Amino acid sequence: MAVDEVAVLGVGMHPWGKWGKNFVEYGVVAAREALADAGLAWTDIQFVSGADTVRNGYPGYVAGATMAQALGWQGAQVTSAYAACASGATALDVARNRILAGLCDVALVVGADTTPKGFLAPTGGDRPDDPDWLRFRLLGATNPTYFAFYARRRMEVFGATDADFAKVKVKNARHGLTNPNARYRKEVTEEEVLSSPMVADPLRLLEICATSDGAAAVVLSSMEFARGRVSGDPVRVAAVSTATPRFPNTVIEMPNFATDSAAAVGPPELTFRDSIAAEAYEQAGVGPDDLDVAEVYDLSSALELDWYENIGLCKPGEAEKLLHDGDTTIGGRIPVNPSGGLACFGEAVPAQALAQVCELVWQLRGQAGDRQVDGARVGLTANQGLFGHGSSVIVKR
Amino acid sequence: MSAARVPAVEGWFTMDESDPRLMGNRCTSCGTVFFPKASIACRNPSCDGSSFEDAPLSSRGRVWSFTTNHYAPPAPYVSADPFEPYSVAAVELAEEKLVVLGQVEGGTEGLRVGAEVELVLSTLFTDDEGDHVVWKWKVVA
Repeated sequence: MAVDEVAVLGVGMHPWGKWGKNFVEYGVVAAREALADAGLAWTDIQFVSGADTVRNGYPGYVAGATMAQALGWQGAQVTSAYAACASGATALDVARNRILAGLCDVALVVGADTTPKGFLAPTGGDRPDDPDWLRFRLLGATNPTYFAFYARRRMEVFGATDADFAKVKVKNARHGLTNPNARYRKEVTEEEVLSSPMVADPLRLLEICATSDGAAAVVLSSMEFARGRVSGDPVRVAAVSTATPRFPNTVIEMPNFATDSAAAVGPPELTFRDSIAAEAYEQAGVGPDDLDVAEVYDLSSALELDWYENIGLCKPGEAEKLLHDGDTTIGGRIPVNPSGGLACFGEAVPAQALAQVCELVWQLRGQAGDRQVDGARVGLTANQGLFGHGSSVIVKR
Repeated sequence: MSAARVPAVEGWFTMDESDPRLMGNRCTSCGTVFFPKASIACRNPSCDGSSFEDAPLSSRGRVWSFTTNHYAPPAPYVSADPFEPYSVAAVELAEEKLVVLGQVEGGTEGLRVGAEVELVLSTLFTDDEGDHVVWKWKVVA
């Protein structure tokens, strides 16, 4: 059963980097770019949906209103959403739902972040009731610790190698080479990846996503509002999945100390990560074979391979073959992360799920320049945030 | 005089040096085991139970995956000075059918996926209060 669709009128980004400015400034740049792309004025926007940042004090917790105030109060309705790395998709979902409910015609979604240097750390203070604080305190379990568990598991179960993981980074670095919004625009060789410092064995520095400043914005409207304002068919949002896990979740997830127990109730049919895209496919009435392009959350090079399987591009254990055959490289059967992915961007948490959508919109419009995936009509994003937030967006043209 | 030994977190494990156990609990309605302990409601969505009995977890399991961290993590972790790489393992407990994390005691020798490990107590860091003790997994020789 395909759900009703909304139109993407405009997209915009502030380039990723370590600029050290106020996150609001990035958000305004991205918002204005998206508005210009849509051919709309800020005063045309009826609803503002902000993706929150938890690293920039109170203005970050009320990101929607913060951006609305920065752009100038004009009376729009507002919301702010937090869903860790999936925040952008959640904010997008709220805007979509407002439009589909007939409560507004046109909405602005924006996410922006300024990040500290180094590992993402838990909120400060002495908070022994917070698993995110405790995992650092008791275990030193950084985010890369969890990425490394999955990577080593993949080596053990499917025979993946260090070279396979390095090849993902090499591919993504090449994809993002001329992306004006990417932070890292430099080719790397497999040897360079494999000689970069070990961070969390088997993952090396060049295989783990950095933290970045950046912002992304999307202008959505009803299909009716889009008619006459867009030449030709607009890109449409056909699905937004904001999945939570099913009990028992038998895969160890950040920031947990343990998985659920499967002793009393057996594991669900789909793992959490498998269920994220499955819900999006259901909403959009399409399947993996319909995809032309995908943006997945490569928090580590190894994790990108897991995603190939989680979104149904191949069967479990076949991701390395897909990579080696060039299927996921631009020019291949189903290019993955043509933007360069997190490998070229680093993570700007509330902006990242929206950045994935921006890239797919450019791809579907044929505006992606050197990284264009020819004839792309259907694209999917996949993303997973801390504390059980999955997201997947399908766009069509 | 030896330093006082205090648990780095209250109530998560027993301080019995000879047979330490992680202390989970079990829903008295559906039997699901939780670690750390469930305290509010049973998290099996088909169960409306909210009473629990203590359930010490198995003290042996097998490594599901592991990593060695080569960079000092941010606070609130208290790193050794100078920093020493440390390993963290995800360990599968057969009876409880769950995977539970812990730092690895005693180096990486024999540490591989599938290796049998046992629970031990170890000092996480020391300050004015004494030795802060945490559970760790140790490869069974």
